Amino acid sequence: MDLGKQFAEVIETSNSEFLAQCYELDGVPALGSLVKTRSRDCEIYALVYASGTHSIEPGRRIVARGQGATSPADVFKANPQLAKLLCSDFRALVVGHDRGGVMRQYLPPSPAGIYAFVYSCKPEEVRIFTGSLDFLSLLIDSRLPVATDEVIAAFLRLASLTHQAPQEFLIKAGQGLAWLLSNDIRRLDSILKRLRI
Amino acid sequence: MTDKMEMERRLGIVISGSLTQGVQVKLDPAKSVEDIAVGRYVAIKGEKKRFFGMITDVSLEAVDPRALVMPPDISDPFIAKVVSGTTIFGKLRVLPMQTISGAVAGEGEGPQPARTVPAHFSQVELASQADVESVFGKEDACRFHIGTPLDMETKICLDMVELVKRSNGVFGKSGTGKTFLTRMLLIGMMQKSNSTSLIFDMHNEYGWEGTSEKEHKVKGLKQLFPGSVAVFSLDENYDRRRKVKSDFTVKIGYDEIEPEDIQMLRPVLNLTEASVQAVYELAKEFTDEKWLERTLQAFESDSSGLVEKLKIHEGTWRNLRRGLRQLTRFKFLVRQAPEDTVKTILEYIGSGKSVVLQFGGYDDIAAYVLVANLLTRRIYNQWREKVDRSLAEDSKEPDQLVITIEEAHRFLNPEIASQTIFGKIAREMRKYRVTILVIDQRPSGIDEEVMSQLGTKIICLLDNEKDVDAVLTGVAGKNELKAVLSKLESKQQALIFGHALPMPVVVKIREYGSAESYKELGPLIGGSSRKSTGKPDDLWS
Ligand SMILES: Nc1ncnc2c1ncn2[C@@H]1O[C@H](COP(=O)(O)OP(=O)(O)OP(=O)(O)O)[C@@H](O)[C@H]1O
Ligand SMILES: [Mg+2]
Repeated sequence: MDLGKQFAEVIETSNSEFLAQCYELDGVPALGSLVKTRSRDCEIYALVYASGTHSIEPGRRIVARGQGATSPADVFKANPQLAKLLCSDFRALVVGHDRGGVMRQYLPPSPAGIYAFVYSCKPEEVRIFTGSLDFLSLLIDSRLPVATDEVIAAFLRLASLTHQAPQEFLIKAGQGLAWLLSNDIRRLDSILKRLRI
Repeated sequence: MTDKMEMERRLGIVISGSLTQGVQVKLDPAKSVEDIAVGRYVAIKGEKKRFFGMITDVSLEAVDPRALVMPPDISDPFIAKVVSGTTIFGKLRVLPMQTISGAVAGEGEGPQPARTVPAHFSQVELASQADVESVFGKEDACRFHIGTPLDMETKICLDMVELVKRSNGVFGKSGTGKTFLTRMLLIGMMQKSNSTSLIFDMHNEYGWEGTSEKEHKVKGLKQLFPGSVAVFSLDENYDRRRKVKSDFTVKIGYDEIEPEDIQMLRPVLNLTEASVQAVYELAKEFTDEKWLERTLQAFESDSSGLVEKLKIHEGTWRNLRRGLRQLTRFKFLVRQAPEDTVKTILEYIGSGKSVVLQFGGYDDIAAYVLVANLLTRRIYNQWREKVDRSLAEDSKEPDQLVITIEEAHRFLNPEIASQTIFGKIAREMRKYRVTILVIDQRPSGIDEEVMSQLGTKIICLLDNEKDVDAVLTGVAGKNELKAVLSKLESKQQALIFGHALPMPVVVKIREYGSAESYKELGPLIGGSSRKSTGKPDDLWS
């Protein structure tokens, strides 16, 4: 597998999604970006749908420390232990897998492995992945704790930039959505409005 | 064919339908309904057969009716592009008409009338040149190129040999191109069939130059094919004014007019039924052929004795006088004709020359009805004898004779169609190798039975509902054709259906009138097989 940058590790996993912790504080990928990891038998592709930075210990709240400092970086300089007390992580929705070189846009047989490394996808990989739009139905039907349509739109916008004709790609994707949402014109309209680049 | 061309031709897929109602085709998103014209040909790639059909309707549909109430924001070009073809889409109705066996054009046996519909989701595309050719045939020794289908460059050809075997009609309202079209039909008949024409040319458009609305002159048949066409004229003065020399000047003797001829003129001369009755009485009274001349004389002198004797009502006599006196305006009517027009026409026709009878200044419906009826009746009788004789002697039958009349409803309206010679020819069909080509603006005025006997109908734009119904009575797919017919352009486009071609077709009629068009029409290839011989040619030189 031609690896992108290894930047996180799976710390909670299920068939349909996983939680991964980033090695670097604030190192979370953009909303809607495509990442990949591994399960026992295949490579798994997933879409980042939520991310954030918080304290490692659930009971311990972070307090503000920057009064008088000129930048947030100064805060870390003055309190080097902070970097160890905080962590950044993100949740990603599984949208496909690659087994033996064949891309399939449906759920893999087994979930991502715990501690499996997570890699960012190169533009070329994103382009290849979005060569088919079958993943759209998975996205449309998933019930995420965040606004699903935001994630869909964010992913399509990012993906479009990897294609030679971004606008064409967006129109094709829009048409795919139009089929899936033929009975929900209002939702279709709202996603389409978010697709303008 | 390249994939790209194939993609460009592709229109959509079959989603439902029936043979009688036509199949529904969902238009591909990339195609705009606005680019689709009713009347265009499409090919449908069925599982086993290739279907050939015509678009008869275009409609707008939505997957969900709510989309129409709360339309997506299509002021945004991006959204508009996405939803067209998906949420909202275009739909075509296609009437499958022929099947071309084998899923690829040009393969397998000839076209057959469609007896089933293509399977679900069969691909629909614009018909290719090869499709059209395999259905209509290529231009050849008997097929004449009459025009092109809508938005295509392919030639649509009519089988002239089949065409002339039956009577045919050209219909359309004024200015739609009937005369231009008929000129070409006549040329096609001369070139591609063994037929000869007699044309009753009321408005002087077929022999010498006719005018186009664009004010330039267009050539007549005599100019294009001087060796195969003769112009007979009813009006020397007109010839003189136009500086043309006709082959023959037609005079008709009063003694040639029979009571039947007057009966046909009843509506145009405003005669009453009683007057027509009186005409028969008068003919009986005067016993010989001079009855009309004598009747006209009687109008000028004291006629009370005659009127009393025949018990003709005074009002009837006045009506008759007013009517028959109109005939005296016609200078081509003389006491006795110096030459036998019928015989001369038949000589020309016998030698393979078509005859255009030009009315000159008498472009008057009374003159037209009188002369066309009178001559045709006698020509027909002689022609019929000739055919019977040739059958009896087992010799070669004469060629087909095609008689062209304009204002056909004057000859073929329900009131008189059963009595006129034209009605008879139309009904007897090809028995005696005479057929008629009728041209009319008001087909609803023509007898229904006669209409049903017309082999091929060529219909330019008609906007009167009754006329449309009249031309489509008894035709399969009437409603679909009606839609097509109402969308014809106002000129130079026609719907053609009947014996001379395998399925109805909308044709952009070939251009006539430019130097190039004359060149394309070419020489009389077919006509060369029956070279004109003897007298008429000499007469012309
Ligand atoms: N095939 C054609 N080629 C070139 N011009 C044409 C053709 N058909 C029609 N036109 C144009 O349309 C005009 C009207 O055509 P035409 O005289 O044949 O009409 P029409 O149907 O015979 O009318 P009407 O019933 O009044 O006699 C012509 O003068 C010519 O300008
Ligand atoms: Mg005309």
